[in-house]
Amino acid sequence: MTRKWIVGGAILLAALLLISTSVPGQTGYKAPRTADGKPNFNGIWQAMTTAHWDVEAHPAAPGPMWELGAQFAVQGGLGIVEGGAIPYKPEALAKKKENFANRTKLDPEVKCYLPGVPRAMYMPYPFQIVQSPKHIMIVHEYAGAVRTVYMDNHTDAPADSWMGWSNGKWEGETLVVDTKGYLDTTWFDRAGNHHSDALHTIERFTARSADTMNYEVTIEDPNVFTRTWKMSFPLYRHVQPNAQLTEYRCVEFSEEMLYGHLKKKASE
Amino acid sequence: MRFRISAGALVVVAMMWLTAKTTADQQTGGASAAKPAATTTAKPAAAAPAKPGAKPYRAPRTPDGQPDLGGFWSNATYTPLERAQNINKEYYTEEEFKKVVADARNRDEEQTTPGTTADVHYDFTQFGLDKSQHTIAQNLRTSQIVDPPDGRLPPQVPAAAARAQAAAAERKQQGGQYDKVQNMPTGSRCIIMGGAGPPLRDAGYNSTYHIVQGQGAVMVLTEMIHDARIIPLDNRPAPAAGLKQWVGMSRGRWEGDTLVVETTNFNGRNPIGGGRGGAPSSDQAKVTERFTRISDDQIEYKFTVEDPQTWTRPWTAVNYLQKTNGPIFEFACHESNIGVSGILGGARADEKRAAEAKSGSK
Repeated sequence: MTRKWIVGGAILLAALLLISTSVPGQTGYKAPRTADGKPNFNGIWQAMTTAHWDVEAHPAAPGPMWELGAQFAVQGGLGIVEGGAIPYKPEALAKKKENFANRTKLDPEVKCYLPGVPRAMYMPYPFQIVQSPKHIMIVHEYAGAVRTVYMDNHTDAPADSWMGWSNGKWEGETLVVDTKGYLDTTWFDRAGNHHSDALHTIERFTARSADTMNYEVTIEDPNVFTRTWKMSFPLYRHVQPNAQLTEYRCVEFSEEMLYGHLKKKASE
Repeated sequence: MRFRISAGALVVVAMMWLTAKTTADQQTGGASAAKPAATTTAKPAAAAPAKPGAKPYRAPRTPDGQPDLGGFWSNATYTPLERAQNINKEYYTEEEFKKVVADARNRDEEQTTPGTTADVHYDFTQFGLDKSQHTIAQNLRTSQIVDPPDGRLPPQVPAAAARAQAAAAERKQQGGQYDKVQNMPTGSRCIIMGGAGPPLRDAGYNSTYHIVQGQGAVMVLTEMIHDARIIPLDNRPAPAAGLKQWVGMSRGRWEGDTLVVETTNFNGRNPIGGGRGGAPSSDQAKVTERFTRISDDQIEYKFTVEDPQTWTRPWTAVNYLQKTNGPIFEFACHESNIGVSGILGGARADEKRAAEAKSGSK
């Protein structure tokens, strides 16, 4: 009888463990802890995808500037959109195509504008997480973009902004970041994928090994999409001992493009 | 439901919010939301001549045992970097200081005289940008500079004058300030503000910082142009000489309860010392900052600048970071920079009008 109970208990425990590892986003890996007992995400991270060109699957292609040849051409990729395609409403899909056709003029990245979320998370630049109990900072190399994730005092976005207003919480091994209050001025990639100011993102960060984590983001925007959809990809830690973010203060790089037409004409 | 809001308006709303000390769940969009709080000046322990026998302050600790510098801070101050020429003492009396503050407030208010350029740009008082509406560390010092003892920047070396001359000649070569964007000041272009640091210098407004301590690194976010500096605390070697940056490269360590941060590798384009005398610091500058929490509400911020290419000797200054209410809102400066296109477009329109007047008078 007692033995039966032990066996039964063991089976129950195993079942519970199985359930706990099959929660979405959970990996079964237990991350090292910070002093306050939370998974420790401090460090420099970067995506290794070609989603910055296009979050959907795409073949290699010439870049937008033929003068730059093979150096700045589009690298092909499998895409990071779960299910393959973004569920655009018809008029939103038309806008995406228009964005793509005019991307050298319209893409906020060309202008060194703040990238928004989730774009910042898979641009080809590292970002650093500085984690404290109250505030988790996500600091991006690109344009010095920065996001504060409030772990306490959750509030609604006091005003719309480029990087949104992020409230975070821990769900076991996972950092869940809920962000609203976006402007409609950012894109998802260089292919013109877009959203409105009704965008709501829910991001889940879950360690999968000492130097990798799973990242997934749920995208909600009833003005633009027919349903909620998801993107996911791994993030990799920069492991070299001297790794650090360097300045990519790109305003200067965009000025000729933005203001060159307002230059004083050479006197005749 | 949601309305679009420009970066400028965001700043304004942010300042209204900080000023009014409203909580974040209250509506902040309406102009009527802001009711300026009365100014308070809190006295830091070290801003007046030391009193013997005072009990040393012990800073609260982070969960991993570091002195806790985290939170939102302001280094707005009425104390100038350099001591005024007509003053020859280290500290004001409380009475004198009151007058200094009152005079400064009057000057702030003058900026908002209707019909003036400043009034069109920002109504400082209305939007809570002027210092009189903020909590400012009361500081009886007559200058932030404490060394040299005269409270003034040391004399410059000949190389500094030569550099300033070369820069002036180069500027002349490039034409007038409004001929093209590249000739305009870096702050107007939203590249970097003078106070971004290091060192952290008080600005005319928005002198607000957010400090977050992670494992092996501390981040200091400057509100102006969202400048986030991440200072590694892991004893890594000095940075490679080949990489020079606007804000240099920082290395930090704890000396007792003081966070010491040394920064080198500047590109020399972001002047330290306010560019007074036309000689910004060089790319050889080294800045050593010392952050010491001296009370629940204050951090003493002491910095030393060594730049043998600019000054004959190192100089040291002290200012205070006063605890303030967060949060800091996004300062999307470049994204809404209609100032640059307006100024350049205006200059071109002026030239066109002048040319037309000239040809018309022939």
